[in-house]
Amino acid sequence: MSSPRPGSTDPAVVRNFCIIAHIDHGKSTLADRMLQHTGLVDDRSMRAQYLDRMDIERERGITIKSQAVRLPYRAPDGSEYILNLIDTPGHVDFTYEVSRSLAACEGAVLLVDAAQGIEAQTLANLYLAMENDMEIIPVLNKIDLPAAQPEKYAAEIAHIIGCDPEDVLKVSAKTGEGVSELLEAIIEKVPAPKGDADAPARALIFDSVYDTYRGVVTYVRVVDGRIATRDKIEMMSLGTTHELLEVGVISPEPVPSDGIGVGEVGYLITGVKDVRQSRVGDTVTTALKGATESLGGYRDPKPMVFSGLYPLDGSDYPELRDALDRLKLNDAALTYEPETSLALGFGFRCGFLGLLHLEIVRERLEREFNLELISTAPNVVYRVVTDAGKEITVTNPSEFPELKLSQIFEPVVRATVLLPSEFVGAVMELCQQRRGVLLGMDYLSEDRVELRYTLPLAEIVFDFFDQLKSRTRGYASLDYEPTGEQEADLVKVDILLHGEAVDAFSAVVHRDKSQAYGVLMVSKLKELIPRQQYEVPIQAAIGSRIITRETVRAVRKDVLAKCYGGDISRKRKLLEKQKEGKKRMKMVGSVEVPQEAFIAILSTSDSSPKK
Amino acid sequence: MTAARYAPFSLYIHIPFCASICGYCDFNTYTVQELGAGVSQGTFHELLVKELEIASRSLNAPSVSTIFVGGGTPTLIGAHSLTSILRGIENYFPIDADAEITTEANPDSVDKKMLTELREGGFNRLSLGMQSAAPNVLATLQRTHTAGASGQAAKWAREVGFEHVNLDLIYGTPGESDSDVRDSVDVCIDADVDHVAAYSLIVEEGTAMARAVHSGALPPPDDDECADRHAIIDTMLAGAGFSWYEVANWAKPGGASRHNQVYWDNANWWGVGPGAHSHIAGTRWMNYKHPSTYANALESGADLYAEIEKLTPEQVHVEKVMLALRTRAGLPVAELNAQELPRAQTLVRHGLLDPNALENGVVRVTDSQRLLADRVIRELLG
Repeated sequence: MSSPRPGSTDPAVVRNFCIIAHIDHGKSTLADRMLQHTGLVDDRSMRAQYLDRMDIERERGITIKSQAVRLPYRAPDGSEYILNLIDTPGHVDFTYEVSRSLAACEGAVLLVDAAQGIEAQTLANLYLAMENDMEIIPVLNKIDLPAAQPEKYAAEIAHIIGCDPEDVLKVSAKTGEGVSELLEAIIEKVPAPKGDADAPARALIFDSVYDTYRGVVTYVRVVDGRIATRDKIEMMSLGTTHELLEVGVISPEPVPSDGIGVGEVGYLITGVKDVRQSRVGDTVTTALKGATESLGGYRDPKPMVFSGLYPLDGSDYPELRDALDRLKLNDAALTYEPETSLALGFGFRCGFLGLLHLEIVRERLEREFNLELISTAPNVVYRVVTDAGKEITVTNPSEFPELKLSQIFEPVVRATVLLPSEFVGAVMELCQQRRGVLLGMDYLSEDRVELRYTLPLAEIVFDFFDQLKSRTRGYASLDYEPTGEQEADLVKVDILLHGEAVDAFSAVVHRDKSQAYGVLMVSKLKELIPRQQYEVPIQAAIGSRIITRETVRAVRKDVLAKCYGGDISRKRKLLEKQKEGKKRMKMVGSVEVPQEAFIAILSTSDSSPKK
Repeated sequence: MTAARYAPFSLYIHIPFCASICGYCDFNTYTVQELGAGVSQGTFHELLVKELEIASRSLNAPSVSTIFVGGGTPTLIGAHSLTSILRGIENYFPIDADAEITTEANPDSVDKKMLTELREGGFNRLSLGMQSAAPNVLATLQRTHTAGASGQAAKWAREVGFEHVNLDLIYGTPGESDSDVRDSVDVCIDADVDHVAAYSLIVEEGTAMARAVHSGALPPPDDDECADRHAIIDTMLAGAGFSWYEVANWAKPGGASRHNQVYWDNANWWGVGPGAHSHIAGTRWMNYKHPSTYANALESGADLYAEIEKLTPEQVHVEKVMLALRTRAGLPVAELNAQELPRAQTLVRHGLLDPNALENGVVRVTDSQRLLADRVIRELLG
C-alpha cells in the first residue's frame, strides 16, 4: 500500500497539527525527529533543525517564518496517514500569524521543557488554541535532562489545560524517546479535517514567503473544494486574481502536484513578487465559480512600534532604501517612509509589529546588506486631538504637536507575565511604575504565578523586558497583545545641546515621568559627550520650559605632555587615528557628538522579549 | 652626496641603563638584571662608537651642531665613558665650535667631581631629572633621589662651569598639591638654572603606575588640575625671567635648548644606541630596542633598525604642523594649504590662534590656549 498522493487524499487520513512551544524548548529538534521517524528525511541528509531556514533563525533559535511539512506516515497497524506539521512563529510580535497557523490545524502539540515549565508566550498561544477548540496534546520534552522535573511540570500543565497529569506525554526529542508514542497520539486524538469537497474552493493563507527564484510562495490549508494547477485564483480580501503556476506540497522539499483537496496543506506559486499580494489570513478561491464568502478572520498587518533607521555613513542612504525595498517583498508588516533628522541625516521612519520584528529587520539589514545603522529609540503610535478638534497620528516623537491638545491616546496591551511566586512583589511594583492595571493573578502551581496586566505599549517598549528580567533573575516570561488605546497625560520631552533640540532624542512620556526621563537622558549624555572648547549645556525641556540641566565643562588641556624625537611617529599616527574618530562625530549645531553617544543613548530600550 | 645637505645636523646618544625602573617610566631602559648576555655597562660606549662610525660613513660626516646624551641614566656609566663617547664623535664628525652638548643625569648619580669631569670632557649643558621637590610625590613616582639633591646638583653644575642647566619637572602626580608644585618651581628658581621643562604626568600603558591606576590603587591624573598646575608653573617662571618657547619648555634668554629645536624643526639627526630614533632626509627609523639585540646586530654587521618609514609629502606636512604649533615660534603661514588657511581663520575667531601673528604670516597658538594645541592641530589639519 503506497501513501496517499496530494490532491487525492482522503481527509479521514489527514492530521493537521502544529507545535506550540517556547523558543528553546526543543520544537525544531522534535520536528527534525518526526521527519526522521516517518522516514521522510534519512539520517544522512538530516540537517539539524531542518525546518528553520534563515541563518538568523538558526542563530537566535527562533522561527520567524512558518512552514508546513507533509509527512506520510505508516502507523504500526499498517494504515497510511498524512501528517501536516505546520510550524508556528514563536514570538509575541507575530501573534496574528500564529493565530492563522493555528486556524489551519485541528490539533496542537503543547511542548514544554521538563526542566523549565511553561512560559508566557507558550501560554498565550495555548489559550489561543484552546479558544479555537483545538485538540491539545500535552508533551514534556527534554526528560533526559538531569534537571528535568516531569512530575511537577506535568501537574502544572494538567492544571492549565484541565487534563490528568498522566495524560502528559514525556519525550526526549534529542534521543528520540517517546516520539513514536507522540505520533500515535496525534493520529488518535487530532480530528481529521472536515470540509465540503464539492463546494467552491476556499483555502486559508497561513504563510507567504518571498523566494528569489520562484517569487512569492504562498502556504495554504484547503478547507473546501480543491485548488488545481492552471486554475485562476482569487485573493478574496484584495479581490485580485492570479494565474496559478504551480501547486504542490513540501515533503520536505517542494513537490509539485496536480492540485490539493479538502484538509490538505500545500503551497501555491503565482509569480507575484511581493508578499503584500498574497497576505496571511486571506482566503484563496478560484476565480471561476469561486466562493462568495471568505473564511473570515483576515486582518491587515498593523505596525505598532516605530523607529527611525539611519545609515551611519550618510552615503549609504540609497543602499538602505534598496535594502528596505527588498525586505518588504518578504515582510508584509514592514512599513517605511523617508525621514530627515537634523542630527542623523537622511533615513527612514519604519513601522514594525513589535520590538523583535524591529530587531530582526535591523539585523537583516546589517547582515544581509552590510549596512551600518543607527536606530532611534522605538516609540509607539499616538493619536492626538487638538483643541480645534483636528486629529493627528504621530509616529515620530519629534513631530508631536506643540499645539494645545485636548486629548492624547496611546496604545495599550494586555500583558501576561509568568514568574516564580517569590518575585511577585517585585514584578507588581514594576508594572505599577509602568502605569499598569492589574487584571488578575493565578497560581499555575505552588510556586508559579500568572500575572495579567493592562499596560501602555510605550512602557513595554521602553526597557520593560530588561527590567523584568533583572527583577526576576531571568525567570519571568512575558507575552502581550494589543487591546486598544487609552487616553493619557503625555508630554514631549526634548533634549537640547547648546540650546539646540536634538530631534533623534525627543521622546513622548507620561507627564509624571518626564522629570525622571529628562534627568536620566541628560546625565547619560553628560558622560557621553566629550568636553569641547566651550562649555556645553545639556538640557531637557517640555516645550519652552527647561526641566533639567547639566553642563559639559570646557576642555582645558588637550595636548601631549612631551614631543621629542622618539615621540613624533607615534604622535603622527595618533593624529591619523583621531582623524578617523573625527569622521565618526556628528555635528549637532556647534557641538561634536560621537556616534557612540547616539548609539548608547538610543539603545536604552533594547529590550525585546527574545526569551 | 655632500654632508652639507643634512645641515643642521645633530646626534642623539641613548644610554639604556637605570639603577632601578621608576613606576611611571616607559622609556627604553634596563637595570643590570634585565640586560642579558653580550652587553655590559662598562663597555657599552664602545658599541655606540661603532654605530657612530656607521653614521659618519653613511652621511659623509656632516658637521654636528648639537649632541644630546639621554637615557636611561647616562651618568650611570660614569664620566669617563661619557666623555669617551664625545671623543668617539670627534673621531668621526666635525663638531661646530659653538655646539650645544647635553647630558642627562639623575640628581643622585652625580657629585661635584663627576660634574667637573663631564664639563672638562666637553659637555656644556646638563639636564637633571628633578621631577618634584615634594618627598611624597617623589615616592609615588618611585624616584630614588631626595628632594634636596636636585637643587644641590644644579648648583654644583653652575659652579663647575656648565653654561646651561635644565631641571625637569613632572606635575599632576596623584597626591601632589598646588603648594608642592610651587615648592618645586621655587627650587628651580633658587638653583639659578636657565631652563625648566615641566611635563604633566602621563600614565603610560604597561607601566607599574598604569596597573596601579587600573586597579584603583592610584587615581588617574586630572586634566583640569594639570591645567591649573601648568598655569602656576608658567606664572612663577615668568616672574623669574623665564619665558615659554614650547608647551612644556621654559628658558631664560639664551637658555632655550637648541637640540630640542632640531626635533621641532624636523631637522636631521641620527639617534645612536638601542631604541634610538633617527630622522634623516625624510626617513624615520628606530633601532632595535633591547641592548643585546642591538649589540648582536651591530657585531654581525646587520641593519640596526627595527622600524623604518619613508615619509610621504603629506606626512611631512602633518608633522610640520603638529610640531611647530607646540612652539611659540609657530609655523609660517605659507606652509598651510588651501583648505587649512580658512580653518586657521576660523581658529582665530575661536580665540585659539593668535590673530596678530597670523596677520604677520605666522600660525601660532594663543598663549592662553596653548594647552589646547592638539585640538588646534586636529582642527587645522581637518
